[in-house]
Amino acid sequence: MKKLSISSKITRPFHKFLSAISLVSIFMLSNASTAQEPVRIAFMDPLSGTFASIGNTGRTILEFAVDYFYNSKGGILGGRMIEIVSLDNKQSPNETQLQFRRAVSEEIQIIFQGNSSAVASTLSQTISRHNRRNPGQEVLQINYSAVDPILTEDNCSFWHFRFDAHANMKLNVLTDFIAADPDISSMYIIGQDYSFGQVVSDTTIKLMNEKRPDIEIVGNEFHPIGQVKDFTPYVTKIVSSGADAVVTGNFGADMVSLARSIIDSGLDIPIYTFYAAYDGITATLGEGGKNKIRLIHNGVANPLPTEARKQFNRDFKIAHPNYDVTQPRIVNALQMVVAAMEETQSTDPYDVALALEDMRFTTMAGEEIWMRAQDHQIFQGLSVSVHTDEGVEFDADNSGWGLVTEYQVPLEETVVESSCQMRRPNR
Amino acid sequence: MLEVLIFATLNGLVTGFLLFMLASGLTLIFSMMGVLNFAHASFYMLGAYFAYSLSLYFGFWGGLIFAPLIVGALGALVERYGLRKVHASGHVAELVFTFGLAFLIEEAIQFFWGRDTKNYQTPDLLDFPLFTLFGQEFSAYRGFMMTISIVIFIALYYVLTKSRVGIIIQAAITHPQTVSNLGHNVPLIFMGVFGMGTALAGLAGVIAGPVLTTFPGMATVLGSIVFVIVVIGGLGSLAGAFIASLLIGLLQSYAIASDVGMPDLLNLFGISFDRSHPLNDLWTMNLPQIAPVLPYLLLVLVLIFRPTGLLGKREE
Repeated sequence: MKKLSISSKITRPFHKFLSAISLVSIFMLSNASTAQEPVRIAFMDPLSGTFASIGNTGRTILEFAVDYFYNSKGGILGGRMIEIVSLDNKQSPNETQLQFRRAVSEEIQIIFQGNSSAVASTLSQTISRHNRRNPGQEVLQINYSAVDPILTEDNCSFWHFRFDAHANMKLNVLTDFIAADPDISSMYIIGQDYSFGQVVSDTTIKLMNEKRPDIEIVGNEFHPIGQVKDFTPYVTKIVSSGADAVVTGNFGADMVSLARSIIDSGLDIPIYTFYAAYDGITATLGEGGKNKIRLIHNGVANPLPTEARKQFNRDFKIAHPNYDVTQPRIVNALQMVVAAMEETQSTDPYDVALALEDMRFTTMAGEEIWMRAQDHQIFQGLSVSVHTDEGVEFDADNSGWGLVTEYQVPLEETVVESSCQMRRPNR
Repeated sequence: MLEVLIFATLNGLVTGFLLFMLASGLTLIFSMMGVLNFAHASFYMLGAYFAYSLSLYFGFWGGLIFAPLIVGALGALVERYGLRKVHASGHVAELVFTFGLAFLIEEAIQFFWGRDTKNYQTPDLLDFPLFTLFGQEFSAYRGFMMTISIVIFIALYYVLTKSRVGIIIQAAITHPQTVSNLGHNVPLIFMGVFGMGTALAGLAGVIAGPVLTTFPGMATVLGSIVFVIVVIGGLGSLAGAFIASLLIGLLQSYAIASDVGMPDLLNLFGISFDRSHPLNDLWTMNLPQIAPVLPYLLLVLVLIFRPTGLLGKREE
């Protein structure tokens, strides 16, 4: 009787409160019993629109590497799986902000992003602001491809790590390579009109003036990114300028169209690029680009240095016959992030970031790479490779054509100074 | 300088004629149905992809013949079973329908063909330089593109103005009721014109695919410019579309070829700024850099000073 009278006294709000508590406790219990919830990593890149193919390939490589190295072997951190969440930012800074909000609302703390330095800058700023205002819910940016130097120089952030050599590092090596060619006496620079294209142009001019002041820069052209239908008018200018070589930072469709227009015009001069391979580009260039197109990139192309690296390529090809391992640096980034998690036994971005700093890691290609603590920039060997069909063990686009490394620079020689004055969070 | 001028003109004409192939279909469809077909450039992209796939089995020439026919048939089906039904709900519904169709086609293409660039090449038969001027080659394929476009233009002009079918079409545009009363099947004419317009877009895609590269963004790159042409030329005016196409093709080509910019203009007045000036980007801007934006600038100017377009007749 007593009990009944008590329960009748319990008011409605209190009922609600009780049920809420029981719900929460059930939730927490279930959480505890399935402690092996996955480690979620966002992949934020263009998965639709003009540059979708690059983003799509990157995602495929990341997902494959996750299964290959970790999920198929029982996961990380004592049995947790890694789950990749794809977020399509359409390579637009605006869309990136929206997708970042989504990542935060889904409690994702690590974001892989690579395409477009403009997007990477936006993301870096957004993340820095978010992390300052939301301690305990920080997010880490793993930049595997955006190479505007500013991201690890004046605008460096504690929460941003770059796993690709930045444009100045690459251009330093590329201009060494060009300077060594006595046949070149004039040069034409053409690029997309945005931060990265501008950096390529400015740095090339500066470095060439130091290394080979006799080489004349006969053209320095910018065109809107992803807007040019036909590059023939530009090629006309290149031809009439009498240039002996072309340097471009173009990527995606802008790269293919430019290279094809140059080839179609019958102009027989070397073209030095950052991104003229894979995603249909190699197949499209084919015979016309043989020994003409060169790329500066990190790691090495054919011949691949180790059996482990070759086996990764073969297994990837079995799983995804229509894709290529275009960016092994995505795998390096993933492996280093996981190594940092294992070392600290934590997925907290702050712990992971600290562990990543100054980490030396041996990649599947057998090369030791180094993450500098000062600016969070990776250092590894750089190569200049040529588009050819000879000696290509691993081709691109299943075309028989691919890249063969011609010139290699070891890690030590790629190290450059940084102006980064990093603001570290105080914990 | 002369060689730049000659090649700029040739390039401009090639682009101009190609744009006309797209714009002609778009403007014809507009004048008949009073609706802008937002999916028009998507049919252009479909043409390139169909031709690519067909070329793997039947060679380039098979693709050239069959791809436009398939695209035209698809276009006709879209009109018959899509647009005609939506038409009852008014122009806004039609507009939204074609808008959605553009997205649908782009996604479908990525679904079936993937997102990477397709290795769609020019035929071996045309893989030689037509002529070499000042050390620069003009490829035979570009000559071929130009020839096809001119033939299409002449054929279209002849059919529309001289043939019986053309007269019926023209009559159906302005007086559909009367034409219907005379015993002609007006809906069939509409379907035919829509199919023809999309087939032309498809043909443009077939011949543009190998040189402008076949990739899922190709419709977006060309789509907006085609609308600009149709508006500048005057909505519904075929001759206007022709002039505007060449005008824009040449305008862009010359702008890229030129080397003048703000610094030259400022020098004329004896003004100069150093690089650290906050408006540095503005002072160092040059014409080639803004070339792709010029058509839109022209569009704004035309809309301000001649809202009907160059040859448009607006009936209220």
